Amino acid sequence: MTPENHPWNHAAANVWAAVFLAAGVLFLVFIYVFAFIRSSRKGRAWPLHRLCLWVFGASTAIFGILASSPAKIQSDFVAHMTSHLLFGMLASILMALATPVTLILRALDVKRARKLASFLKSPPLRVVTHPAAAAVLNVGGLWLLYATGLFGAMHEDPYWYFVVHAHIFIAGYVFSSAILGNEPNPHQSSYVFRAIILILALAGHSMLSKYIYAHPPASVPVLQAQEGAMLMYYGGDAVEAILIWAFCRKWYDAARPRANRAQVKG
Amino acid sequence: MDDNQSKRNRSDGHLPAYRSRSIGSGALFGLGFVAFIDETVFHQLLHWHHFYDKSTTGVGLVSDGLFHAFSWFATLAAFFMLSDLRRKNGLNVMAWWGGMLSGGGAFQLYDGIIQHKFMEIHQIRYNVDPLPYDVVWNVIAAAMIVAGLLLIRNNKRSGAARNGRLRS
Repeated sequence: MTPENHPWNHAAANVWAAVFLAAGVLFLVFIYVFAFIRSSRKGRAWPLHRLCLWVFGASTAIFGILASSPAKIQSDFVAHMTSHLLFGMLASILMALATPVTLILRALDVKRARKLASFLKSPPLRVVTHPAAAAVLNVGGLWLLYATGLFGAMHEDPYWYFVVHAHIFIAGYVFSSAILGNEPNPHQSSYVFRAIILILALAGHSMLSKYIYAHPPASVPVLQAQEGAMLMYYGGDAVEAILIWAFCRKWYDAARPRANRAQVKG
Repeated sequence: MDDNQSKRNRSDGHLPAYRSRSIGSGALFGLGFVAFIDETVFHQLLHWHHFYDKSTTGVGLVSDGLFHAFSWFATLAAFFMLSDLRRKNGLNVMAWWGGMLSGGGAFQLYDGIIQHKFMEIHQIRYNVDPLPYDVVWNVIAAAMIVAGLLLIRNNKRSGAARNGRLRS
């Protein structure tokens, strides 16, 4: 088969969509660094490790989307899945750990911070940032991508390529952030509820991996689909371990016993 | 000073709340441990289990996905619960082992009977008569549950006896 009549011969257009996405992520790094400097200037130093998490997460996203180039991804499902693990999962978890919303609220002056806070509290945002809704948007979006014709459409149309990738990235971030619950939120759900949602989302991800193994998306060769599905299953476990660990760690810190009486007396 | 020292050394593991949390942490760890052995030994090292079996039903896929996710979460969560119990001086070691054995056994029994036999996710081993494998698998599971429950019961009794002594 010559490259001209390859079923996914729309690489050139999609390269531009990928560059556009990478530029968007780079822009997010600039915003974070800008807020970091402003917050420090206001005398409220922001932890350096969070800046590192954000930069590292964003680099992972950019690497994920550019290094395994769109041209290759379109003929190689395993490369596509590697990119998915880096771009859609690892990057979003690292960036959620960097608590960007808290930083921006700190960096803004009081009036603007209040505006942003009330925007975040508005009904539509409260709905999509609820852990259950975020999980459905995240994992449900993946089911739509792989279990319908969307996967094929994405490779034929740069517009769909952009929309799908932007959705995976944003939904991944919102989900991680909602599970961690590490940003200001007056309606925080309990640890048990978030744990259940996390488990259900992980389960949905494992099930989708096996579904892909058994039902390859249109025009993906069977062997590639099987290899990619197993990468999604086991690679997903490895990346999700970071989210589970961070979630448990937050619970562990919150459950810290108050200084016991004997010590206070002593 | 001596009083504080003795307070710190005395374990609170026999308090009912700490006992049940010790059992809970053990059970989550046991479940995760059995799932981990299943994955590393039977899937990866021996290659007896298959990643996907064509006879897998939809329900089997859902059950497998849920247990896979739950066991992964449980393994990590169990460690954090264990650390939390230890820093609060509330770890009841015997109850923890009881929970670990019964939790692990319960998952193995579920895997061996419901998932392997009814949902046909995959067999223990292919191209052989699975019966002896199934028997060994499920008998071990049942033995783990019984041993775990016995440990928990003994621990409860000795705890009650100790509390009785303290009160009198």
